[in-house]
Amino acid sequence: MYDLIRKTSTVLPEDVTLAIKKAIAREEKSSVAKQTLDIILKSIVLSSKNGLPICQDTGTVLVMIEGRPDKSIFHLEKSIKDAIRKLTKEGILRQNCVCSLTEKNTLDNTGMYVPQIHFEPSNGPTRISIMLKGGGSENMSTQYSLPNAKIQAGRDMEGVRRCLLDAVFQAQGKGCAPGILGVCIGGDRASGYLIAKKQLFRKLDDKNPLPVLAALEKTVLKQANELNVGPMGLGGKTTLLGVKIGHAGRHPACYFVTVSYSCWATRRYAVELNQKGEIRKWI
Amino acid sequence: MDIKQITSPLQYDIIKELAVGDMVSISGRIVTGRDQIHKYLASGNPSPVDLAGLVIYHCGPVVIKEKGQWKITAAGPTTSVREEPYQAQIISKLRPGAIMGKGGMGEKTKKAMSECGCVYLHATGGAAQYLAECIVKVEGVYLEQFGQPESMWVLTIKDLPALVTMDAQGNSLHDDILNDSSKRLEELFSQPFKKSGK
Repeated sequence: MYDLIRKTSTVLPEDVTLAIKKAIAREEKSSVAKQTLDIILKSIVLSSKNGLPICQDTGTVLVMIEGRPDKSIFHLEKSIKDAIRKLTKEGILRQNCVCSLTEKNTLDNTGMYVPQIHFEPSNGPTRISIMLKGGGSENMSTQYSLPNAKIQAGRDMEGVRRCLLDAVFQAQGKGCAPGILGVCIGGDRASGYLIAKKQLFRKLDDKNPLPVLAALEKTVLKQANELNVGPMGLGGKTTLLGVKIGHAGRHPACYFVTVSYSCWATRRYAVELNQKGEIRKWI
Repeated sequence: MDIKQITSPLQYDIIKELAVGDMVSISGRIVTGRDQIHKYLASGNPSPVDLAGLVIYHCGPVVIKEKGQWKITAAGPTTSVREEPYQAQIISKLRPGAIMGKGGMGEKTKKAMSECGCVYLHATGGAAQYLAECIVKVEGVYLEQFGQPESMWVLTIKDLPALVTMDAQGNSLHDDILNDSSKRLEELFSQPFKKSGK
């Protein structure tokens, strides 16, 4: 567990690094956008080389466990918390948990409902996914209830498109653009955010198996990059690195579009465990 | 693009010459401050450090103690606009030379910057390692009761790169980008989605 979380904090996933390299090639020479992305890439290389956090905001730890519901789950929960405490002491994770009542930092990254550990029963080998998501990008995440008069978004894919472009526009540079959108169409107020966040585990170069969502992902990515918000909101051709859309059944009265905005430093890895609870394979 | 070398604390004649779009390389003494520090100072509490002319960096670093010495292991900027309710007051009372962070700030801060002679420096969000390498010394730490990310760290930096995005003449690159992207959004709204993609 220690190795998994440590790598998530210090080594940017390959697909995200590749997307940033492609963005550098797309931006004009000597533009602010290119210089910004150059600094980002240099920082990514440094963090990986020195084994230090990619971003000082090492985020909130989100854990998804898929596996057979048995006692080993409790053991996993303990080893996750132990690893988090150790990595916080080592400066690989920042002290990122504040008690909302006392306003005191808990100093070890654990607290009421922290870390968030979600369990999904599954019959296959145990799989653990970790995401470290920063507060700046989390603040830019948002939920629309359609119809929305302000952006004239109705209850259809065109309405969804308007929500997504509006969310990118509202975020400007504040979520550390170029970002990645994880989206959920439908669900309820709570499930929408979780399903949207789960979309961020998808590799940037994958293709949505549902043609209508694949087309929407492609359109929103292209159009968001025409907004000229650019890296860090300083202008340029790269505002988003990816759009990943999922869907969930909804109550007939509700139509939520939930956007989980992730910064360029999208840090997530997943592993499969063997029966001893050791990492068998990185996914 | 030419890069202007500047040193914190900043002199007024340097501040007023800085303009939106200038790339700068900052050296000297700076302090960090984020949500708790801003709330604390804006509530009328005294600053433990004289902030006149200094760069206030919106940053919550990762810090460890190694052989009795503080060591910053990551130090990128945090989103500045959260300090909008407090920043103008702090600028007019404590007269820092620059505010450094990411994402820019709002109208109240912009007005205080024009009135008092202060600029906003935009550092690259998330580039925590690149920026941490620019920190050559931790001089001290104050207000530790707010927790490590929220304390006031006094740092010596060398050649930290940033872009002037709000100047003392009332210009803001963030306003320009917002207006331009708003127009583009309207144009994109007039091109309805077709299921076949475009």
